[in-house]
Parts: sequence; structure tokens; C-alpha cells
Amino acid sequence: MPLLELKDATIRFGGLLAVKDLTFAVEDGELFGLIGPNGAGKTTVFNLITGVYAPTSGVIAFDGKPIQGKHPHQIAACGIARTFQNIRLFASMSVLENVQVSSHMRSTQGVLGSVFRGEHFHREETLHREEAMRLLELFQLEKLADEPAASLPYGSQRRLEIARALGTKPRLLLLDEPAAGMNPQESADLMRLIRRIRDEFKVSILLVEHNMKVVMGVCERIQVMVHGEAIALGVPSEIRTDPRVVEAYLGKE
Amino acid sequence: MESFLQQLINGISLGSIYALVALGYTMVYGVLRLINFAHGDVYMLGAYFGYYLSRLVQGRTPSHLLDAAVVMILSMIGCALIGVIMERFAYRPVRRASRLTLLIIAIGVSLLIENASQLIFGANPRFFPQLIPETHIHMGNLMLTNQQVIVLVTALALMILLNLFIYRSRTGKAMRAVSYNLDAAKLMGIDTDRIISLTFALGSALAAAGGILVSINIPGIDPLMGVMTGLKAFVAAVLGGIGNIFGAVLGGLILGLAEVMVAGYGSSTYRDAIAFLILIAILLFKPSGLLGKGQVEKV
Amino acid sequence: MKRLLWIAGTIGALLLLQWGATALLLDGPIRQGPYYYQIIILAGINIVLAVSLNLTNGIAGQFSIGHAGFFAVGAYMAASVSYYGGPAIRGAVSFLPLVGQDTVVLILALAAAALATALAGLLVGIPSLRLRGDYLAIVTLGFGEIIRVLILNIDAVGGARGFSGIPKLSNFFWVYLLVAAVIATVWNLVRSSYGRAFQAIRENEIAAQAMGVDVTRHKVLAFVISSMFAGMAGCLFGHYTMYLHTNSFTFVKSFEIIIMIAIGGLGSIEGAVLGAVLLTVLPEAFRGFEGYRMIVYSLAVILIMIYRPQGILGQVSVIKRVRAHFITKKAAREAATKAASSAAKMPVKAEGA
Ligand SMILES: Nc1ncnc2c1ncn2[C@@H]1O[C@H](COP(=O)(O)OP(=O)(O)O)[C@@H](O)[C@H]1O
Ligand SMILES: [Mg+2]
Repeated sequence: MPLLELKDATIRFGGLLAVKDLTFAVEDGELFGLIGPNGAGKTTVFNLITGVYAPTSGVIAFDGKPIQGKHPHQIAACGIARTFQNIRLFASMSVLENVQVSSHMRSTQGVLGSVFRGEHFHREETLHREEAMRLLELFQLEKLADEPAASLPYGSQRRLEIARALGTKPRLLLLDEPAAGMNPQESADLMRLIRRIRDEFKVSILLVEHNMKVVMGVCERIQVMVHGEAIALGVPSEIRTDPRVVEAYLGKE
Repeated sequence: MESFLQQLINGISLGSIYALVALGYTMVYGVLRLINFAHGDVYMLGAYFGYYLSRLVQGRTPSHLLDAAVVMILSMIGCALIGVIMERFAYRPVRRASRLTLLIIAIGVSLLIENASQLIFGANPRFFPQLIPETHIHMGNLMLTNQQVIVLVTALALMILLNLFIYRSRTGKAMRAVSYNLDAAKLMGIDTDRIISLTFALGSALAAAGGILVSINIPGIDPLMGVMTGLKAFVAAVLGGIGNIFGAVLGGLILGLAEVMVAGYGSSTYRDAIAFLILIAILLFKPSGLLGKGQVEKV
Repeated sequence: MKRLLWIAGTIGALLLLQWGATALLLDGPIRQGPYYYQIIILAGINIVLAVSLNLTNGIAGQFSIGHAGFFAVGAYMAASVSYYGGPAIRGAVSFLPLVGQDTVVLILALAAAALATALAGLLVGIPSLRLRGDYLAIVTLGFGEIIRVLILNIDAVGGARGFSGIPKLSNFFWVYLLVAAVIATVWNLVRSSYGRAFQAIRENEIAAQAMGVDVTRHKVLAFVISSMFAGMAGCLFGHYTMYLHTNSFTFVKSFEIIIMIAIGGLGSIEGAVLGAVLLTVLPEAFRGFEGYRMIVYSLAVILIMIYRPQGILGQVSVIKRVRAHFITKKAAREAATKAASSAAKMPVKAEGA
């Protein structure tokens, strides 16, 4: 059974069919790419999967259970985490706090527990802080832990978004153009990081990316979409030579 | 049935005042996304300017109607100036600040005008002079005063003029562009500062007209008269869909009618609550107001 | 254990202060003592209102301007309990000395106020917190006004005449106990995962949801906690002034509380306290200049917001700053040598190893 499955997922914004009858599946542990020209509907697919929008029709199943129509926080609790194409950090909170937010849903403390602070509160708080610090170390952000997130340079902000998403302990991680605005050296680092995340955290990754080097370099399978519709699915070498894909990209550029 | 018709006319009359004031709220909100809490106080200033001007003007022109017209136009010009000054010194320095900052400054400006007015005009109510002697017009069992007719006709005329200005003139077009997207309008070469000043001037002039029209009907004026009316006019603007000109008029009329009906057929103590009840009911079902467009945040 | 010591210490200190204040201000030699005492009490009430509103407005970022409504609900609810139920409650605990009976009545009144306002907060919050920004603001303002008009029409609580004959049960001790409680609650909450969730909602609602924060639930939660404290402040207010009138609970009062937190520094607890104290004490200090006083006040609000929109204290916690000051002194030397050797400003590369 695939981890994530879209069946005829469709969404309409007024007169615009942003995603049309999209069907694909991501296997457990897979590094899966979703590409397409600007405006193809990739971010919208992420929004459908994470519950920001409910599909007009179709099914989205995670771990075999339908999740369409659920609230975003419920979907996060199911084990899907994401980053955003236009960075959405908690700007004035510290780097560490940004990651700590994602452990809130695992907290067993109620409001009273958090005000009166028993033994258990402190133990859990410490545990979650240490987990967050470990994530920051992996992303080499630990020295900036107390800085406000907004003060980070662009590349670090992108990495912090990934760290924060991993803080929810997801089984599926959605990355929306993580290499955007990075130089070749940074993109190369990012590729290695993505692979390492998959191996160390045992997550499946669904990657949207414009940088073909990154996509072709790390993804095991790639789904191509144009104008909200799927046009090709395959391993990188197939996609690279697929005439429909070449046309979609060349026709645009 | 007659009494219902009578109430209907009273309601529309009150509603058209709310609409005039609501227009200012909606226009300013449109260009600056600011709830200008001081707008109700400009309406009060309009009434006071009218009060002092009447003593100068009354009897100096050939007819009562002309007296009233001169008073009203001068008072509208005075308030337009106040509006421009208010924008220039209180709101322009913080145009890029958070919405909260803007809102608190608006509250501050409102308090300033109210307190300065209490000091200058005195806290006690004044009696607005009768610019136009009252005559009664009978239509069957229905009784109208000439003043009611004048209020209605003037309010209607002002709204039509505003509409023509906004939808037909070049400047009106620029104003709509600014309210659609301030930064884009600037890039297109529109002098946005001038347009924003103009918006305040227009809105304030309409509020002044509202203040005078109200005083023609109900002559007691005091420095705090703008507080409740301002609040209700704002509710009218939100009700209709803030930023939307027709919405403000629609909201004003609904509010005026509802209030008069509640006071007439229910308990008058609930009169002040009805505005908010309607508002909440509508916002819960249509959060952007009756004619407002919903805005979905793009992710 | 440590917590119990803190609580006992606070209560002890407050009792001592209460005794001192009574001896010095109420029965003592200072001519205007009772007047000063009253200002101290009102400052305490305003601190509770400001700190609690700050939880919704400053920390969770939900712009509510109907706080006076909840203040009113608590005040009238509590006053009704002690006015109508007082004799029965005293009868049930008649074995206690008078002070003990007073305490029981006040605690029950406080509990009733807390419960009623928490419920009111829930009723108002669940539907209205779906709205954002200005719409939320205007709806909370509307609810506040509706509450006021409803109270005005309930004859049992005096209606337009006002509610008189409320027993004087509250004093310095109770007011500042509530001050301590609201500060401790908000302080601890902000420094817990709830506080981080609230702030995440303020910073970016969509990202907060994506990280698993149930945004609606948390907004309502912040709103209910905040209303509850406003309600309890209302209880102590009514049992101090012994008379309530809806004119004390108009939206002008809500605005006043907003101005307190904005002037002090939105989102900062110390800022809310400072704002509340300033706005209670300064107008009193300038009583001689009636008329001009309010003009200066409104001008000050405008100027502060133009030239220092983050408020007097800003978002930074003073206590954190003081503490950091001492810690950095110690670590300053080590840090200085370190910073010199490494280019601290260079963006850290991913995947060094
Ligand atoms: N909330 C929305 N309302 C209306 N149109 C939208 C919305 N979100 C996305 N779209 C439209 O859907 C299309 C696909 O957008 P998007 O998914 O962002 O593309 P991509 O990420 O592939 O570049 C675009 O035409 C975009 O304008
Ligand atoms: Mg995109």
C-alpha cells in the first residue's frame, strides 16, 4: 500500500481548474519529485494534501485512510509536514522556538499543567527542547538558536523551515522549492541534506523543485504536471527524454 | 399601515445619515485599511461648524434654503480641511506601521477631537438654529416635514454625486486604483499621497453634511454626539462590506430601518444593541459583509 | 514544594502589605490616605485587565476590543451572587468569624464571575474568532456593547439606575492576589508550549496549522482565559466600589485597556503592567488641569504610537534583559575572543561534515 495516494484529485478556483484529475502515489520511504512549469499547480497540490484547501472532488489517502476535508492541524497530526514556497517562519520568535512549536501537538500537558508546572511539565519541556536542539544541530543552526528567525540569512531560513517541519515527526515531508534562491554550492549541500533526512528520519519526501539538477539528482521517481494535469511519470532518465516533458518545458522557455 | 409607512420614512431618513457617514469610513478603509475611529468626531465637528456658521449666515441670503446650503457647503469645506490635516499629521507618518498602531492612533485622534471640542465648545449640548422653518406635508394620513424631505433629497444627491465622481472621473478612477492596490497604483504613476488626502477630504465633507442634516432634524448637538453615530456608521460600512461604496449605503439604510423599527415596535432601550446584533449575525454567515468580496489568502 | 513556598510567600507578603496599607493609608496619619489607597486598588484592577487582554491581543495576536464587556459580566455576576446569595451563604457558614464569612462569600462570587465570563468568552469566541483582524475587532466591540445593553435591561441588577448595595468585600489583598495570579498565569503560559502555539498563531496562522496547532481551539482558549481574568477583576471592582453602573463598561473602557497595552508594549507582560499603572496614576496626578489633561493624554497616545510604535518597553521582556545583562557580563570575555576568530556573520553552511 502506498503511503500517499491521490485519486482524481481536482480543485477549481472560480473558473480556473488549478488541479485536474490528478492521480499519483508516493511509496513508503520514497524520494518523489513533482515538477512542472510555473503555475502548473504544484503548490496547490501541496495545499490539497495538507488540507489548506479541500479538493473539489477526488480522494487523497494517507496510509490507506482518506484525509481530504480534514483540517490542516489534523493532517499534520497524521504525519504529514511541509515547508512553504514563500517562507512562512514565525518571524519574531527565536529559531529554537520555531522548532519547538512543532512539538506542541505531542505535548501531554494541559493549560493547568503548564501554569502550575509539575515534575512532568519540566521533564517534557526539557525533552522537547533537546529534540529541537538536535534538529538544529543537524541543520547547523544551533549557534543561532536564540536569534529571531527573521534575522537569519535566506538560505538558513529555508533550512529552518525544513527543521521545523521535521519537528512534527512526520512520515511524509513535503518540500516546496527548497533550493529557490540558493547558489550552486548551497543547492549541492541541500541535495545531500535531503538524502540524509530521508535516511536518518525514515521519511518519504515529496519534492517540488525548479532546479532540475536537484530534482534529477535526488528523486527516485518524478511526476510531471502541466496546467493542473499529469503528463508523465517515471524515473529521472525517462523523464529527461520524455518528448511531452521536453515540449512542456521548451515550449515555455 | 400608516404608522408602518411613517416608520419606514423615519428609518430611511436615519439610514441615509448613517450612509453618509459610513461612506467616509468605507472610503478611508478602502485606501488605507484603517478604521478611522475619529470619523464620527468629524461628523460632530460638521454639526458645530454648522452651528457657528448659521449665526453668521442666517438671514443674509435671499432664502432659507440658500442659507442652509451656504452653511452646509462651508462646513463641508471646513471638515474636509480637518480630514486632510488629520491624515497628514496623524496617519501619514505611520502608514507602513502595523494595523494595530494605526488603530490606536485613530482612537487617540478621536479622543483628542472630543476633548478639545469639550474645551472649546463646552460640554453642554447646544441648540442648532432652525435654518429652515418647519412645515408639514400631508399625504393621506401620512405626515412628513419639509425638513425630512430636505434631508432625504440632499443625502441622495450627495451619494449620486459621489458615485459619479468615483466611477466617472479620472481622479475617481485613481482612487479606485489606490484602494485596489496602493503599491501598484504608485508604480503606475498615481500620486497616492494626493489621492489619500482627497479621500479623507471627501469622506470628511460627507460626514459634515451628515452632521448638519441630522441637526436640522434633531437640533441638540454636543461634543460626544459623534461617538455612537460614528460607531453605528462604521457598523453599517462593515455590514455592507467595507471598502464597497454601495455596501455603505445599503448598510446604512438597513441599520436605520432596523433601529427605527425596533424602537417603534420593540423596546427603545435595545435600540443601540440592534446594530451590533445585525452586524454579528451577518458577519457570521458572510464574513466579508453583504456586498464585500471574500479574500482567500494564497498560500 | 518550591511552588508552595512561592504561593505562601506571596500571600504572606500581601497580607503584610494589606495590614501596612490599612494602618498607614486608611486609618493612618496621611491626609489623603484613602484616596491613595483607592488609586492603588484601581491600578491593580487595571493591571489585571491589561495583562489578561495582552494574552489575546499581544501574544495570540487576536485583536479583541470588547474586554470591558467581560469585565462587566464578571462584575454584575459576582455582585448578584453576594447581594442575593450573600445572606444564605453566611448562614451556611455562620460558625466562622465575620472575616471568614466575608472570605467565603467573596470566593464564591469570584468563582461565579470566573465561570460566567469563561462561558461568555466561549460563546463570543467560538463564532467570532473565525474572523480576522478588523472584523474580529468590530465584532468583539459589538459583543461588548450588546452585553452592556442587556445588563441595562435587567432590573434585578439595577438596570439604568445602577446596582447599589454591594457589600465591600474586596481590598488591597484580594486585588493584588489576583494581580499575582494573572501575571503568574500569563508568564508561565507564555513560556510553555501553549505560549509558543499562541505566538505561532500570531506570527503565521497557516504555518502554525501546518505544524499541528489547532488554531481555532487555541484562539478560543486564549480568549477564554483572558475573559476569565477580566471577569474576576470585575468581581473585585464591584466589591470595592460597592456600586456598579453600565457607564463604567462602555467601549471607551475597552479602548482604555487597549491603550494601556499598546503604550506599555504589546505582547510584553511588564509593558502591560507599566501601561496600566501609568494610565491609572497619571490622570489622577493631573486632576488639577481638568480639560487640558485629556487633551495631553490623547496627544501623548498619538505621539507615542507614531514615534515608538512598539510601546515604551517594546516586546522584549525587561526581566529577560536584566538577567541577560548579568549573564553576558560573565560570558562577555569568552564571547569576545570567539567572535574575533570566527566570521560570525557568515551564513552557516548546511552539511559541513
Ligand atoms: N487560492 C487561490 N485562488 C485562486 N487561484 C489560485 C489559488 N491558489 C492558486 N491559484 C492558481 O492556481 C494555479 C496554480 O498555482 P500554483 O499551484 O501556485 O502553481 P505552481 O506552484 O505550480 O507554480 C495558478 O494559476 C494560481 O494563480
Ligand atoms: Mg509553487
